[in-house]
Amino acid sequence: MFDFTAFIPRAIMQGIPLLYGSTGETLTEKSGNLNLGIAGIMYVGAISGVIGSFLYEQSTTAAEMNAFLAIGIPVLSCLVGSLLMGLIYCFLTVTLRANQNVTGLALTTFGVGFGNFFGGSLIKLSGSDVPSIALSATHKYFAAKLPFAAKLGWFGKIFLNYGFLAYLAVIVAFIAAHVLNKTRTGLHLRAVGENPQTADAAGINVQKYKYLATCIGSMIAGLGGLYYVMDYAAGVWSNDAFGDRGWLAIALVIFTLWKPNWGILSSFLFGGLYILYIFIPTGTNLATKELYKMLPYVVTIIVLVITSMRNKRENQPPASLGLAYFREER
Amino acid sequence: MNNKTKEPLFHIVKRDNLPWYHAWGIRFLAIVLSLVLCALVTTLTTGENPISVFGTIISGAVGTKRRVWILLQNLAILLGISLAVTPAFKMRFWNIGAEGQVLAGSLASAACMILLGNKLPNGALIAVIVLCGVLAGAVWAVIPAIFKAKWNTNETLFTLMMNYVATQLVAYYIIIWEVPKGSGTVGIINASTEAGWFPMLGGNRYLLNVLIIAAMTIFVYFYLNYSKHGYEIAVVGESERTARYVGIKVERVIIRTLLLSGALCGLVGILLVAGTSHTITTTLAGGQGFTAVMVSWLAKFNPIAMIFTSLLLVFMGRGASEVSTVFGLNQAFSDILTGIIIFFIIGCEFFLRYRVSFRKREKSEIAEKGGEQHV
Repeated sequence: MFDFTAFIPRAIMQGIPLLYGSTGETLTEKSGNLNLGIAGIMYVGAISGVIGSFLYEQSTTAAEMNAFLAIGIPVLSCLVGSLLMGLIYCFLTVTLRANQNVTGLALTTFGVGFGNFFGGSLIKLSGSDVPSIALSATHKYFAAKLPFAAKLGWFGKIFLNYGFLAYLAVIVAFIAAHVLNKTRTGLHLRAVGENPQTADAAGINVQKYKYLATCIGSMIAGLGGLYYVMDYAAGVWSNDAFGDRGWLAIALVIFTLWKPNWGILSSFLFGGLYILYIFIPTGTNLATKELYKMLPYVVTIIVLVITSMRNKRENQPPASLGLAYFREER
Repeated sequence: MNNKTKEPLFHIVKRDNLPWYHAWGIRFLAIVLSLVLCALVTTLTTGENPISVFGTIISGAVGTKRRVWILLQNLAILLGISLAVTPAFKMRFWNIGAEGQVLAGSLASAACMILLGNKLPNGALIAVIVLCGVLAGAVWAVIPAIFKAKWNTNETLFTLMMNYVATQLVAYYIIIWEVPKGSGTVGIINASTEAGWFPMLGGNRYLLNVLIIAAMTIFVYFYLNYSKHGYEIAVVGESERTARYVGIKVERVIIRTLLLSGALCGLVGILLVAGTSHTITTTLAGGQGFTAVMVSWLAKFNPIAMIFTSLLLVFMGRGASEVSTVFGLNQAFSDILTGIIIFFIIGCEFFLRYRVSFRKREKSEIAEKGGEQHV
């Protein structure tokens, strides 16, 4: 029998980083910026949080830690780190009008390198004598659950069994959906992404919207990295562990047709596909497991093909996605 | 009456074509600036003075004869992948699946070496390896191309996902072929018979790879600049509508170009397996499929310029890895330096295309004085 009460919580925990990433990337893409650097930004968000809390944990003992600081320092340093990455991207693509694909790839190379470098060298650089980066004290605060969750049986296990960042991800996705579709700011943002010339003529500050959407999007995506390392990975940093989740988040944006509220269930679905190989009984046949790991990618390809074949007008990407805007160019 | 509008601090004007020495001067300046920043970052993390850091970088890259050959080998592989993706990029087909196409080529050649190792004479075996590897790379690239041509499916994500499918496929076959069982690696294939290994020219394992890639550079240069196919690629890249108008069959050009692009990637995959490493791992391409995208774009799709951009990145990469070995830091240090250099080169393109002209103070002061006199 397939164990759903074990499977669903793990699928959701896998899905949360993807949800942060895809919400952030949707906001970014709605402004016409195709940010392929999301994978790198999530690494930088994660390692910035790790650096912040590592330095904090080193400066106090676990008993003296203040819950507010233990959560506040990593979250703040994560936001600052991913904001800086967003600013690099915006400066190059919006102000200097560089090619977005190349800038994004460079950002990913840089970000993944940054994460692995500080992950591998932080202990040496800070001169401390711990064997590995294991922030178990900080993890306790990030993974704190509602006290009565365990008493509610399967309901508690499936719905209440997560740290606060998981609920924040869902809330952020709903807020993003609301802002995009129900507010004037969202209308302006979509106008910038669809047709910057028209938006500019209507008096909307195109550069400001592109900067804001991309930077806020980067910060949201960075939180996904933070959730992964602090909650899911129990505060243990290991190089390359975050893997290709950033790229899957970008794929999810197309999968959800640029709708953040659809992203919630889709990212849980992808989280499920990501770990399905653990739950499918293959016995001792390790080779077949490797084939099951293909699932999320194959499903993404199939979805890409189907959405392109149906080719409906409301399912299209923002019209100016990937193009730089220069007022004096016609 | 207050209708004085403030003149912005600077405004941006599009440039006419720059003379080539001016353009290269700006690029050179950007590279120098990026190297200064790299030195600064290195100094901050290692505490060493920048001059000796550059000494370490240079000795890491070209310090000994062996290091020079490894540099050349890495250069050949990165340049090869960059050349392979270039025809597609020139057509504005964002193929970021070079990683997967290289792996597909590697997998096919490893399969030939393992399965046919003792059944064919060596010459025939090498021919089969080349054929299968090239074919596998081409197939891996042409699948997204067909969907792009027929239904305009997003090729960036499609090729990206094909990378991971290829990686998992390799992981699957590694477990099937693993030697010894349970080790999780294939080991050196045909270590005793050397069946399917490319011959060593003049006793050097890397020379053949370097020569093949050199030939490939010349081929791609002529293909893009002096052939009808190359011309069609350029037209499709500049404007698909124009291409259709003049009677170019865009779908056919897309599929044909990606067959070539994938085949060249497959060839690089063969060089990696049959030429040098004689084994297969999931990280054989090592992210160079992504670096190649940047190399190709930074060189403005010019194969000759690509030699220099890839040399710069490989040189700094080898040097940075020496720095991290010497100072006991993580090997990912080279990725940070690569990122910094690329940021600067990307950024400097702006100054090639646009001119920033600042507000002229004297002029505005005179204008203000004139206004006051008027009142």
